[in-house]
Amino acid sequence: MSLSGERRIQEHPILPEVDRKQVTIYFDGQAISAYEGEPIAAALMSAGVRSFRRTVKRGEPRGIFCAIGRCTDCMMIVNGKPNIRTCVTPVEDGMQVSRQLGYGKAEEAAK
Amino acid sequence: MRKMEADIAIIGAGSAGLCAAIQAAEAGADVVVFDENQLPGGQLFKQIHKFFGSREHQAGVRGFEIGQQLLEDVKKSGAKVMLDSVVYGLFAENSLGVIAEDKYHYEVKAKKIIIAAGAKENYMAFPGSTLPGVMGAGAAQTMINVNRVLPGKRIVMLGSGNVGLIVSYQLMQAGAQVAAVVEAAPTIGGYGVHAGKIRRAGVPILTGHTIKEVYGKEEVEGVILAQLDEKWQMIPGTEQDIKADTLCLAVGLNPMTELAWMAGCQFTHIPALGGHVPLHDHNMETTKPGVYVAGDITGVEEASSAMEEGKLAGIAAAAALGYLSQEEAAAKKQEVLRRLDMLRTGLFGEKRKAAKERQMAEMVGYQAVTAEKGGVK
Repeated sequence: MSLSGERRIQEHPILPEVDRKQVTIYFDGQAISAYEGEPIAAALMSAGVRSFRRTVKRGEPRGIFCAIGRCTDCMMIVNGKPNIRTCVTPVEDGMQVSRQLGYGKAEEAAK
Repeated sequence: MRKMEADIAIIGAGSAGLCAAIQAAEAGADVVVFDENQLPGGQLFKQIHKFFGSREHQAGVRGFEIGQQLLEDVKKSGAKVMLDSVVYGLFAENSLGVIAEDKYHYEVKAKKIIIAAGAKENYMAFPGSTLPGVMGAGAAQTMINVNRVLPGKRIVMLGSGNVGLIVSYQLMQAGAQVAAVVEAAPTIGGYGVHAGKIRRAGVPILTGHTIKEVYGKEEVEGVILAQLDEKWQMIPGTEQDIKADTLCLAVGLNPMTELAWMAGCQFTHIPALGGHVPLHDHNMETTKPGVYVAGDITGVEEASSAMEEGKLAGIAAAAALGYLSQEEAAAKKQEVLRRLDMLRTGLFGEKRKAAKERQMAEMVGYQAVTAEKGGVK
C-alpha cells in the first residue's frame, strides 16, 4: 500500500516551480513518494501523516510543532536509529521511517 | 578533535549573521560562519511577502529574494560558511566547540565572536495543545513556503500580530482554508494592511476571543473558542466549536540565548523584546569583551532590523581588529544606525525603540558599575 501526496502544493501564485528528484521512503512499511533532500517530516505530512511518535508515560500522539529542530516533538526511528528530528533530517531514497514509541533503545541509538 | 582559527566566528547564517559576515569579510577579516541547518538564510526563505520600510531597507522586495542576494554577497565577500555545523558551546578565551558536517569535533579560536542565533516560537498550553496539528505559525510557514506542503486543509490561527496575519494569508495562497483568526486582545495586533487582506478574503478576525480547548483523537479535529471579558476570563456560554484540522499558534517568539548565557553575558528581562536579552552597546558588543550579538537574539524584531544589526556587529568587530580605520568604521556605522532608527519608527517601531534604548541604557549602567569595581573581569 502506498500513501499519496495529496497535500503537495502544486501551483503557487508567487513561488516558482522547483525541480527536485523524486524518490521513495517507507513509513511503517508503506511507500511514500518524496523529494530527495526535503525534510522527512515534510514528506510524511504530504501524505497526510501527522502523528509521528507516542509519549513514554501516557502514549499520547505528538507531531510537528516548531519545524526548525528545536522542540524535538517530531522524533522518529529512521533506518533503525531512534530520536531523529525528522523536521531537519533530509530524505534519502529508500529510507525506512517508523513511529517512535517512548524512548528509543540504547542499542539502536548506537548504530 | 581538530583545531581551527579565525579572526571572527559568527554563529548563525540567517539575516543577521550573513550581513555581519559580509561586512567583516569585505573589510578584510578572516570570517567563518557556522549554522546547524543544511541550508543558509535562516528564516528569510519562508518569507514570501514584500518587506516594509523604505527603498534602502529593500522594501517591496520579497524575503526569499533578499535571502538569495545575501547568499551571493557572502560568496563574493570570501567569508567561509560551514553548514550542518552545530556550535554547542562557548568557552574561555573566545573558544567555540563545534560539531561540523564532517562529524569531526572542532575547537575554534576566534578573536571576535558574533552570536546571531535568532529566535524560536512561543508555545501556549491549553487542553489538547499537544495534539498533532497544533503547531507554530512559523512552522506552518516553513511547511508551505519552503517545503511546499500543506500542514492542514482547514486552519484556525491564534494571534493577530503580523506573523498571524501574514501566515494566514500565505496559507490561503498555498491553497488552505483559514476558518478564523483568533485574538485575545480587544484589537487586532498587526498592521491594518495585512488584516485587510484577510478580511477581504472573508476570514473573520475574532478579537476578544481565545482557545478553550482543541479536541481530536489522534490529531486535531476541532477547536473550541470562547469569548473573553475585560479581565481576560472566558465567559461561560460563549463557546463556539469550529471544525478544523490545524491550529497555528502565532503568540510571539523568544530569543535563542543559550550561547550568550554560556559565554557569561549579562542579561536583562524586557517583555517587549521577547524575554531575557543580553545587554549590548551601540557596537552590539556584550558585557563580555569580544562577544557581539545581532538579530533576534538581542530582542525579537524583524528581518530588516536583524540585517542592520548584523552589519553593525560586522563593522564593529572588523574595526576592533584594525581592518577598518576609526573614521571608516564611524562613517559606516552612522549609516547603519540611521537606517535602524528609521525601522524603529511608527506605532510598532516606537515600542521597540524604547525597549532597545532601555537595554542599551542598562549596558551603560553595568559598565559604570564594573568600571568602579576596577574594570570587567
